Amino acid sequence: MPALRVVLAEDSVLLRDGLAGLLARFGHEVVAAVGDSDGLRAAVAAHQPDVVVTDVRMPPGFKDEGLRTALELRRRRPGLPVLVLSQYVETRYATELLNAGDGTHLGYLLKDRIGHVTEFVDALKRVVDGGTVVDPEVVRQMLRRHRDPLAALTAREREVLALVAEGRSNLAIATELTVAEASVAKHIRNILQKLGLSPAEETHRRVLAVLTYLRS
Amino acid sequence: MVVLAIPFTVAAMHTADVPKAGVYLLANAVAGLLTLVVSVLLFAVGGVLAVVVVGLPLLAGLALIGLPVAAVERRLQRLVDARPLPHRHRVPPEPGLASWLRTRYTEAGTWRELGFAGLLMTVLWPVDLLAVVLGVTVPLALLATPVLFGTLGDAEQVNVLKAYPVTSWPQAWLSAGAGVLAAVACAVGLVLLARLRAASARAVLLPRHDLGATVVELTRSRVRLVDAFEAERSRIERDLHDGAQQRLVALTVILGLARLDAEARLNAEERQDAESRADAEVRRDAESRAGAEAWGDAEVRRDAESRADAEVRGDAEVRRDAEPRAEAEAWGDAEARREADVRVDADRMLAEQLARAHDEAGRVLVELRELIRGIHPAVLTDFGLGAAVADLADRCPVPIDEDFDVPHRFSAAIESAAYFVVAEALANLAKHSGAARGAIAGGYTAGTLTVEVGDDGCGGADLDGGTGLLGLADRVSVVGGRLSLSSPPGGPTRLIVEIPCRPCG
Repeated sequence: MPALRVVLAEDSVLLRDGLAGLLARFGHEVVAAVGDSDGLRAAVAAHQPDVVVTDVRMPPGFKDEGLRTALELRRRRPGLPVLVLSQYVETRYATELLNAGDGTHLGYLLKDRIGHVTEFVDALKRVVDGGTVVDPEVVRQMLRRHRDPLAALTAREREVLALVAEGRSNLAIATELTVAEASVAKHIRNILQKLGLSPAEETHRRVLAVLTYLRS
Repeated sequence: MVVLAIPFTVAAMHTADVPKAGVYLLANAVAGLLTLVVSVLLFAVGGVLAVVVVGLPLLAGLALIGLPVAAVERRLQRLVDARPLPHRHRVPPEPGLASWLRTRYTEAGTWRELGFAGLLMTVLWPVDLLAVVLGVTVPLALLATPVLFGTLGDAEQVNVLKAYPVTSWPQAWLSAGAGVLAAVACAVGLVLLARLRAASARAVLLPRHDLGATVVELTRSRVRLVDAFEAERSRIERDLHDGAQQRLVALTVILGLARLDAEARLNAEERQDAESRADAEVRRDAESRAGAEAWGDAEVRRDAESRADAEVRGDAEVRRDAEPRAEAEAWGDAEARREADVRVDADRMLAEQLARAHDEAGRVLVELRELIRGIHPAVLTDFGLGAAVADLADRCPVPIDEDFDVPHRFSAAIESAAYFVVAEALANLAKHSGAARGAIAGGYTAGTLTVEVGDDGCGGADLDGGTGLLGLADRVSVVGGRLSLSSPPGGPTRLIVEIPCRPCG
């Protein structure tokens, strides 16, 4: 593999040195190692690196400046490979990153993964090659949310869906649940939306929703 | 008591206190006189104009005259009393004159200050003025008696203080002596009076048992405590994240690289070992072949006895030499091989230990991450309550219907109070309720943030049941909210947090 030119942003000097040493060990060149988001912007502008490796949390605010800067860099230069390192397993950070542009040339890894040096360098390579890398731990967390399509529905929505599956009309459902017909329609809209059924064909969607319900 | 305390007070006095006391009393006299003049003027003008309504605000404004008077008193008090004399005025809830007036007219402090102003302009200022005038003029007049006697009185007669006549020099000097005593007495008297004055002003302006103020102060201090608690949690989280966690990651990088090195070395050694084994094999074959050949030669030679002894002896020597050498070489090979084996074993052990250390460091990192999240989740700070609650729902082992969409941001105290209530409620739900499903609902409507956590479990939850909910109810009440719990035996459990608040940011 050709040597990569890397811009590294990490506010902990110890870890920055460790990462630089690690990348050098695998024959990559750290063209700039910076400690804050301003430095990161400047370094990317000055060096045009092959890949950016950045920490999520950085000075001055010690919030998610690293992630924000990464997103900003991506907006300015779509397709710029960015690997974000983080201590946060919460899925929100990863989804925030992955929603940037087309979602390729991106990586979100927990810092634990750096210690598995070959895995880490492989991940970096995959990001540069256009892949999307998400830490397995974060993926596990994401899957937990999406394991069951019906899990996204509220108890009332599941009730409504069950009645739809019995073939009842909105009016019948409204009577059964002693609610307004309009709110039944609203529940059904929510159900269809949560199950990811596109608003192209109303009746067809209703059947699909019922199928989802029956399969679960 | 007061009389007993006087000697101690006098002993603790400094000469610098005397002019300060004088200035304090004099300034108060002036202030009192001014207050009197202004009040009378306002009253008169207001009274006259009251007929045409314009005067009414003037009369009403008269009630506020205590405000500047008390402000002056607070400032002057610093001359004689180092203890702070804080005002007890509330901060008006909204900007603008109307809000300010409403606050001032409805608080006790304003009326106390008016009372003080009344006291000052009727009783206090004449006393102050009299004390200063007498305290300065009497000793001066007495001290000046010999001078006056010699000059104005022509050594015949002078009336000291216009009261008693002095007709001789001994009398004049006696009077001067009395003047010295009077000066000391007046100095002490002025300081004592000033302190008494200050204490009385303090007593009027500063209520000793102001229950309202105490409640306000307690409430504020509770808020400050919670804020401090919150700040401390954030600080600990930051320290752990930026300190221990980064160091541990750096450690795993070092261990990871070391592990890589160790494995590479082990592989190289095993390869080398295999090669050298093959070499030794080849050499041993060659040597035994040579030995066998030499042996074969000797057989031939022994058969051919006609050969020269010298030759035979020479050959035998060669043979004798060759045999131990081959043996020694074989011995050396084995030794080297054993050494290599030991080395490879040691290296393998080292590599295994490194791997164990690496894995252990990884596990510590995971634990530390969980610990930090429990202290103060970064997602709450970075993305707000909605994202943080969604994350809690994701993690709960019991499936949770989450219908809590709050894009707003609130103050850190409110967000974390709501967050930790949900966290605790979900923990209880998973641990005790036996529920198959849970639900989180709520939102921000009409100025109130509502979070509701419910389940279909067995109920029986209790705020006092040592579940940690009581502490959370306290936290919610500090931010002005309310936590209510309904959990009849047999279920279901519903926990509702309502916090009236305004979004920020």
